[in-house]
Amino acid sequence: MSAYVLPDTAEGVTTASTRRLKSVRLGPVSFRLNVRTLGLIGIAFAALVLFSSWALTLGSFPVPVSGVINSVLGRGSDEYDFIVRTLRLPRLLAALMVGAALGMSGAIFQGLVRNPLVSPDIIGINQGATAVAVFWIVTGQPVGMLAPVAFAGATVTALLVYVLSWRGGVAPSRLVLVGIGINAVAAAGTTYILVKYPIERVGSAVAWSAGSVYASTWDDVAILSIALLILTPLAAILMWHLRILQFGDDTAASLGLPVEPTRLLLVLVGCGCSAIAVSLAGPIGFVALMVPHIARMLGGAMTGSVLILTAILGALLLLASDVVGQHFLPVSMPVGVVTAVVGAPYFLFLLYRANARL
Amino acid sequence: MVAESAPAISTQVGWRLAKATGLMVLVGVLLLVLVLSLRIGSLGLTTRDALDAIFNYNPESYEQTVVRSLRLPRTLIGLGVGAALAVSGAVMQAATRNPLAGPSILGVSSGAAFAVVTAIYFLGIATPEGYVWFAFGGAAAASILVYAVASAGRGGATPVKLALAGVIVSALLGSWSTALVLMDQETLDQVRFWNAGSLAGRPLGIFWTVLPFMGIGLIGAILLSRQLNVMSMGEDTARALGLHTGRVRLISGVLVVMMTGAAVAAAGPIGFVGLAVPHIVRLFTGPDYRWTIAYCLVAGPILLLGADIVGRVVVRPAELQVGIITALCGAPILIVIARRRRVADL
Repeated sequence: MSAYVLPDTAEGVTTASTRRLKSVRLGPVSFRLNVRTLGLIGIAFAALVLFSSWALTLGSFPVPVSGVINSVLGRGSDEYDFIVRTLRLPRLLAALMVGAALGMSGAIFQGLVRNPLVSPDIIGINQGATAVAVFWIVTGQPVGMLAPVAFAGATVTALLVYVLSWRGGVAPSRLVLVGIGINAVAAAGTTYILVKYPIERVGSAVAWSAGSVYASTWDDVAILSIALLILTPLAAILMWHLRILQFGDDTAASLGLPVEPTRLLLVLVGCGCSAIAVSLAGPIGFVALMVPHIARMLGGAMTGSVLILTAILGALLLLASDVVGQHFLPVSMPVGVVTAVVGAPYFLFLLYRANARL
Repeated sequence: MVAESAPAISTQVGWRLAKATGLMVLVGVLLLVLVLSLRIGSLGLTTRDALDAIFNYNPESYEQTVVRSLRLPRTLIGLGVGAALAVSGAVMQAATRNPLAGPSILGVSSGAAFAVVTAIYFLGIATPEGYVWFAFGGAAAASILVYAVASAGRGGATPVKLALAGVIVSALLGSWSTALVLMDQETLDQVRFWNAGSLAGRPLGIFWTVLPFMGIGLIGAILLSRQLNVMSMGEDTARALGLHTGRVRLISGVLVVMMTGAAVAAAGPIGFVGLAVPHIVRLFTGPDYRWTIAYCLVAGPILLLGADIVGRVVVRPAELQVGIITALCGAPILIVIARRRRVADL
């Protein structure tokens, strides 16, 4: 498993797209820009804006597109302002940012483990947050502290997996196996809490653990924005180091990269992304797993700009799943249930295709 | 030459004797655990009550009625489930040459859980006897799906592919189960207890229902152990030695589905017994599957009933479900295995 290198990373810095690279110099900084990826980012972003505006019109009280645009831009009528700005916009923005965070986190972990089939939900981060959050809910603790507590649960779990995988360095496949074990412990803890407490409280805990952006507020949006403003540039810069790391530890070290510190930093950023998402929206599966693959199919090797594309596509997928779950099913379903149903068959298809190499 | 090989032979005989003695000791431990399982609980009983209830039953005695109606079914189911899980784990690990193979990793539990949720939600079935067949069918379907996905293509069912296919199929089925329980709190209330994995509250009828499947699976596994030894040398070597590897893998797959399906149907999802017991046992038996399977047959029930007894005692007067205890004990073992093995072995 550790021998598997993503086909488009090591050797294929791609002959096809080299022609589309442009070097840019800004004072002391110079870098190469991939025009095609920039174009893709532009298209994806435009699709995101269009889809979002349409999503804001949906609901039991239909709002025309013009009303949505006016309300968002702050010159709407009172009639629409409450619905759009107070009810629908926070949920929409939260969905977008949670999706972006999950997508980036998946890209980082898949690159780190050098395995296209890994995501933060498999190695226990989500389950760790779930165990703590479920405990918090069933014991009737203040709801306001739920997100920070879940965040702490995710962080502690990630640290535990990292520490237990350490044996003179963190071998990626060991990280996965230890993660599966920690995942099982956290799952057993969750089960225990669920059978121990009365059903009235367990119901809402199970609802949380399905993963939804249903009750998002402007405060959540603010927290997500701050986290993403810090994590996104960091992740985009780290992609460069990650690609060197993918040549193998020895090669990376001989190229002058401090291997384990870089890996730790990547784990921190990846966990940060997924922890902030799970703490505000509950555990949402498959987005982190799927979206990096789609982005790589479209944009080629995972560079900083493809990471941005991943984030936008993640936002798009989560929003689409939420819209489907909210408006187009006979019963309204949390977004986490929908993403899994969309995501699992796609994943099994990937697994089938990856057969020759894994 | 002759002089040199003589001590080697006697060492081998010595080893065999040691293994046989070890097995006898384990059987003794198992008998002890069986008696303890009949005795310990919210109502403490004497050994005489326990034995009288079986061999010299007096329906007037309250203690003996407790043994007959509650403790005996529980102990028998624990015996069967423990053996079935441990042996199926050993068979799976041999047939796939995969140290991580085990019933819980192949999505058996989530398949059974999904079928049970469906049965409760759509058909209103509410008794353990009613769940049995649904759990069995769901477990079989899920494990076949996982195995098919993982073994499709040229690479075959490599450890990582099996693990990931199992995780994903489990997640998909889990999300459908979640969707159903979110719509109906009554279903959730029933499912959450079934889901934890427990030996308690099952009537003796359940044991008789699943016994044929477990029995065929266990006997088949014992008969297959020579072929599994050859299998564990690797696909190419086994073929060169004249083994029909595809046939052996298929038979072991059928046996595993029968055993794990029966186990999850009787007790709900119980994690890590199937994964951990063969690894622990192998520390004593070495790689010979004839011994490994025999040891698993005895050690599995010891571990499961032991965990069940612990669960009855730790949170008195309530009980901790055995599935929770086995996961809490088994996961650290998985981590130790992951840390010990060379990464290339995966």
